[in-house]
Amino acid sequence: MRKAMISAAAAVMMALAGPALASGGVEIPKREWSFEGLFGTYDRASMQRGLQIYKENCSGCHSLNLMYYRNLADLGYEPAQIKAFAAENEVQDGPNNEGEMYDRPALPSDRFVKPFPNDNAARAGNNGALPPDLSLMVEARVGGPNYLYALLTGFTDAPEGVTVMEGMNYNKVFPGHQIAMAPPLSDDGVEFTDGTKATVDQQAQDIVTFLAWTSEPNMEARKKMGLKVMIFLVVFTGLLIAVKKRVWADVH
Amino acid sequence: MADTATSPDTGDDDAGRRDFLVLAASGMGVVGVASFAWPLVHTMNPSAEVLALSTIEVNLDPIEEGQSITVVWQGKPVFIRKRTGAEVAEAEKGDAIDLRDPQKDGDRVQKPEWLIMIGLCTHLGCIPLGQKGTDPKGEFGGWFCPCHGSHYDTSGRIRKGPAPKNLPVPPYKFVDDKTILIG
Amino acid sequence: MNTAPQWKNPVIRWVDERLPVFTYMDHEYGQFPMPKNLNYFWNFGALASIILVTMIVTGIVLAMQYTPHVDYAFNSVERIMRDVNYGWLVRYIHMNGGSMFFIVVYIHMFRGLYYGSYKAPRELLWILGVVILLLMMATAFMGYVLPWGQMSYWGATVITNLFSAIPLVGNWIVTLLWGGFAVDNATLNRFFALHYLMPFVLFAVVALHVVALHMTKSSNPDGIEMKGPQDSVPFHPYFTAKDAVGTGFFLLFFAFFVFFAPNFFGEPDNYIEANPLVTPAHIVPEWYFLPFYAILRSITFDVLFIPAKLMGVILMFGSIMILFILPWLDTAKVRSAKYRPIYKYVFWIFFIDCIALGWVGSQPPEGAALIIGQLGTFYYFIHFLVVMPVLGKIETPLPLPASIAESVTGGGGGASAGAAAAKMEKP
Repeated sequence: MRKAMISAAAAVMMALAGPALASGGVEIPKREWSFEGLFGTYDRASMQRGLQIYKENCSGCHSLNLMYYRNLADLGYEPAQIKAFAAENEVQDGPNNEGEMYDRPALPSDRFVKPFPNDNAARAGNNGALPPDLSLMVEARVGGPNYLYALLTGFTDAPEGVTVMEGMNYNKVFPGHQIAMAPPLSDDGVEFTDGTKATVDQQAQDIVTFLAWTSEPNMEARKKMGLKVMIFLVVFTGLLIAVKKRVWADVH
Repeated sequence: MADTATSPDTGDDDAGRRDFLVLAASGMGVVGVASFAWPLVHTMNPSAEVLALSTIEVNLDPIEEGQSITVVWQGKPVFIRKRTGAEVAEAEKGDAIDLRDPQKDGDRVQKPEWLIMIGLCTHLGCIPLGQKGTDPKGEFGGWFCPCHGSHYDTSGRIRKGPAPKNLPVPPYKFVDDKTILIG
Repeated sequence: MNTAPQWKNPVIRWVDERLPVFTYMDHEYGQFPMPKNLNYFWNFGALASIILVTMIVTGIVLAMQYTPHVDYAFNSVERIMRDVNYGWLVRYIHMNGGSMFFIVVYIHMFRGLYYGSYKAPRELLWILGVVILLLMMATAFMGYVLPWGQMSYWGATVITNLFSAIPLVGNWIVTLLWGGFAVDNATLNRFFALHYLMPFVLFAVVALHVVALHMTKSSNPDGIEMKGPQDSVPFHPYFTAKDAVGTGFFLLFFAFFVFFAPNFFGEPDNYIEANPLVTPAHIVPEWYFLPFYAILRSITFDVLFIPAKLMGVILMFGSIMILFILPWLDTAKVRSAKYRPIYKYVFWIFFIDCIALGWVGSQPPEGAALIIGQLGTFYYFIHFLVVMPVLGKIETPLPLPASIAESVTGGGGGASAGAAAAKMEKP
């Protein structure tokens, strides 16, 4: 009884979460995402477009360290496609019998190749700013996917009276409003292989869906198991209540 | 368990129903605990990145006739040898002999010149000598295990010494003429 | 001693003659008398022990895959989430289990406060409980450091730095804790060792807690002792059945978070690998530490010769230490708030005070939050040091029921008196 109240309270608390506020009090609009909710799934087509955006737009500066090329099977790609996609990147291996390190094409069992060998090189290539790894980005920011979408679509000219420092770009939701990253998305900046029109909004939607998946590839398995577990527990608790009432019948 | 709460007023019917309920609840409880326990145990099985390395591709092109290489597959050494014609003939002669672990040479290879086998002695797991030109090859021209003196022939079959079985052949296939996929 | 049962099964008899586990179980759970008027708030002790076992089991499974080194820790946890079979499940259970443990234990404690469970003869039972709380807090604190995220690192830095407030030996103690000049690999490694150890120490103290409980038997919502078999029912099957129901509801609550909101209790910043050169905008401990964090930060002024930082530390630890002497601070002659018309309200004011302090702990320590935190801290200590002693003396309690049986049936023994076949223990 009390426990039901607590569950209800928790549910109400979450329903009231409403539009999230980024640090700095900027309101982030809540969008609908295919992966949200009790029955959420990752939209495969959107993820494939997102992968394309990552490859063409983001991978020059941002690593995706925690992903292996073999994980792309989740997006619906065949092993041969994954092998070919991986092989477009070079990985250092070795030492060989001569004691030298050598380069070879990446295999599905390799991690996504980093654009820079280390953080210092990344900073040197980006005016001192360090482009963060994107594998967990959706889980590592307050507001998650909504924040990232707002960030990617939030590049505008600075409002009256605000001076943007050299090398920085004005962004509506980034804390402090000045971000070292130049706007990464532009209309038709990418030509989608499935023919979808590549507006900035569409690209933002797709890359965020892709990054939601990289943050938690096992989400669909989690929710699927969750449904089974909840149903089992409801039935089980019902049985237990019946047993308890029987046992206590003579006392009440 | 001592007999405790008896319900004086409930009839047999109720007691029967309670027993069924208790049985059903206990049954579900056992199922629940088992379903919780299995994933915990399964975490100990090989994880995805380990399974991803369960196959390797090997390029056979640089291997010359009469030369052997060793690759690592699933943590174990795999001997890959391009046999000479004489070695193949010798192996086929061995088919007729009364072997400890009878196996025809033709059953151990897909292409006669390519012998691929796991390089761990089937006695107690040492790595037999014979891959390098300068290694002792034992009395049958194949491999010799220095730990306890097992001799293997040019097909990797046990001929003399304590090992019970032939050097095992891993699952492999020819992706093309120059490349094999092991595992 | 009760009549020892005659075991029919020869194997059971053989074992029992040499190590009386079966007789023991029968005595402590088969025949053990429980007040028949307990409400569902009495489930929470059993729930806490179920969570403890769950945490130990999932923790050991995680420990098989985790690497306690600063260069590998974060990635080893991500490997568990991605590559280990069902690793995500075990990790989410362990992570949310920690929060569940505190929810259950806090409710268990508030039950104790409301119904006067800490009063004689159960003082030592309560004290052991406070020891368990301290061990839980130490375990949880160290556990949170292990994933080596930003919050792990900076939370560890802030809290270990507190010890530098201790006069004379403070800095030496902090260096000893760290094993270096900052939170680093030495710290992580020892936190892992201790985090693995603490739950077993906890388990031993829980065993003592249960032994102490079995000496005095459970209290009950009316706060009056059991007087005879008409007041009690045996633990089995009555409370095995009732605890099972509580467990079912609890598992539903727990499963909801594990499967549908696994990061609800967490911080996004902890999904960023620890960086000693970048401090997060807001360093926040896990929710169950927030009230204590609020107390710590509420002292912004020196008190006599005690610097503000040290005073904050003293009050923070003091807020838990004071619980040890609660049985002696409360002067009331009755146990349960049910029969204490003023204390009933006082309890809820205290409860709200704790919630308010929790909220304060999540906010930056400035403005309204700081004022509320200071008032809340002040009231927290006033509640224990002033209100509890004084109230017991001036309050007129309501008349207690004649017996538990009477309060359950509303007058007279009747048919229900025959239900409890268990025999009463002499205390």
